[in-house]
Amino acid sequence: MTTDIAITGLGLVTPAGIGVDASWQGVLSGRSAAAKDPNLAGIPIDISCRVADFDGNTMLGRKAARRLDRFVQLGLVAAREAIADSGLDPETWDGARVGAVIGCGMGGAGTWEAQHTVLLEKGPERVSPLLIPMLIPNMVAGHIAIEFHANGPNLVTATACTSGTTALGVARDLLRSGACDVVISGGTEAGLTPLSIAAFGQMHALSGRVDDPAAASRPFDADRDGFVAAEAAGILILERAEHAAARGATVRARLLGYGASADAHHITAPDPDGVGVGLAITTALADADVTPADVGHINAHGTSTPLNDAAESKVIRRVFGDDAPPVTSTKGVTGHSLGAAGAIEAAFGVLTLQHGRIPPTANLDKQDPEIDLDVVHGAPRDGDVDVVMSNSFGFGGQNGVVVLAGP
Amino acid sequence: MSSAVYDKVKELLVEKFGVAEEEVSREATFSDLDLDSLDLVEFALAAEEEMGVRISDEEAEQLDTLDDTVKLLEEKGAAVEGGA
Repeated sequence: MTTDIAITGLGLVTPAGIGVDASWQGVLSGRSAAAKDPNLAGIPIDISCRVADFDGNTMLGRKAARRLDRFVQLGLVAAREAIADSGLDPETWDGARVGAVIGCGMGGAGTWEAQHTVLLEKGPERVSPLLIPMLIPNMVAGHIAIEFHANGPNLVTATACTSGTTALGVARDLLRSGACDVVISGGTEAGLTPLSIAAFGQMHALSGRVDDPAAASRPFDADRDGFVAAEAAGILILERAEHAAARGATVRARLLGYGASADAHHITAPDPDGVGVGLAITTALADADVTPADVGHINAHGTSTPLNDAAESKVIRRVFGDDAPPVTSTKGVTGHSLGAAGAIEAAFGVLTLQHGRIPPTANLDKQDPEIDLDVVHGAPRDGDVDVVMSNSFGFGGQNGVVVLAGP
Repeated sequence: MSSAVYDKVKELLVEKFGVAEEEVSREATFSDLDLDSLDLVEFALAAEEEMGVRISDEEAEQLDTLDDTVKLLEEKGAAVEGGA
């Protein structure tokens, strides 16, 4: 018998809103958060999905914020909300039993770029001694440990756009193995810098709809032409079910299963046959001990790139057959937050289970005829959902899938 | 007991390092202000940038109170725009 994993807390900082409620309402609205980005002026693709009202100086204090790259700032604010939501008290918990596993694809890209400019313009002796502690991706888990007295296993997973989902899987393993009672998990990303967006643009991965940013992220639409890069953080508190029950915690949902695989195909292009993606999905379903027919909703990876959405939909059809459940991609609203995406989408999956609402896919005006799926669009679809699957696939060919269920 | 250099140090600590203005005094140590060794290196870089004087790593390690810091900067001929 495997250990049941309870999800007892959520924290979200996304382009759809700051805080779980604001993010959820934003995603349900179906309105894209993409906009012109003044920080990307001069870059061919100068649109993004930023967390527009996020100010680390106000939320964390100027003294603390100065030493934190934005990806850590977003992650810490989401972690505070998630821990408060869980009802756990870091002042009294046994920190040795609390781990932190956070996904992040890029680390402190903004700090890296700013200090590289210092190096070129002012020389090596002006480079900040804080560059390394601000840059390294593992620092988000380190700061969470420091702030919340979490002395257990502490690490960051880097599987590009799968990082947040991989983190949930590793967190689950730490709970199942008995190493931890609680794991602060999720993902964070803040890589909306001129260099990284220029580079994504050179890959032709981004939508070129710079004159109509609100219509740029359009997963599964016939006229989709790439993703819109986003920043975000999502934190989920995972807990051994017995531990949660013993303290009388409110359980939002359960993490039933996880599956991971590699395409072993190409550095960035998805395998058109979807062998790796199919393996991750079937592994996650088997791990959750559910059949495809049990799954009531899929929060797809659905990046809005021509290749991803076509390949993903084919695999979903292959695994689920004619009765594939309703699919949505919340990236139509939030854009693609890379290493945070899997975490925020798992959180949206939890909220779908709790509220019986599937968010719509923004900008789905004309579904691609190649995509033979029931894609929710226009308005949220209401109705009880018992099991949700959330998919993530990353550059490098890393795939991760989680299966969630109600409490 | 004010001086142009002290005022500049105070301004740097408040504006760049986010230290609360009321915490800054000549007697305060960097540790009182919750600034660690990495902040001290940053402070030395900022002083060089703003006042045109170089504090070596060895000197930075010896700095204790802001008064010491101001004296060292003044000895080195720190130039403060608009200062006496």
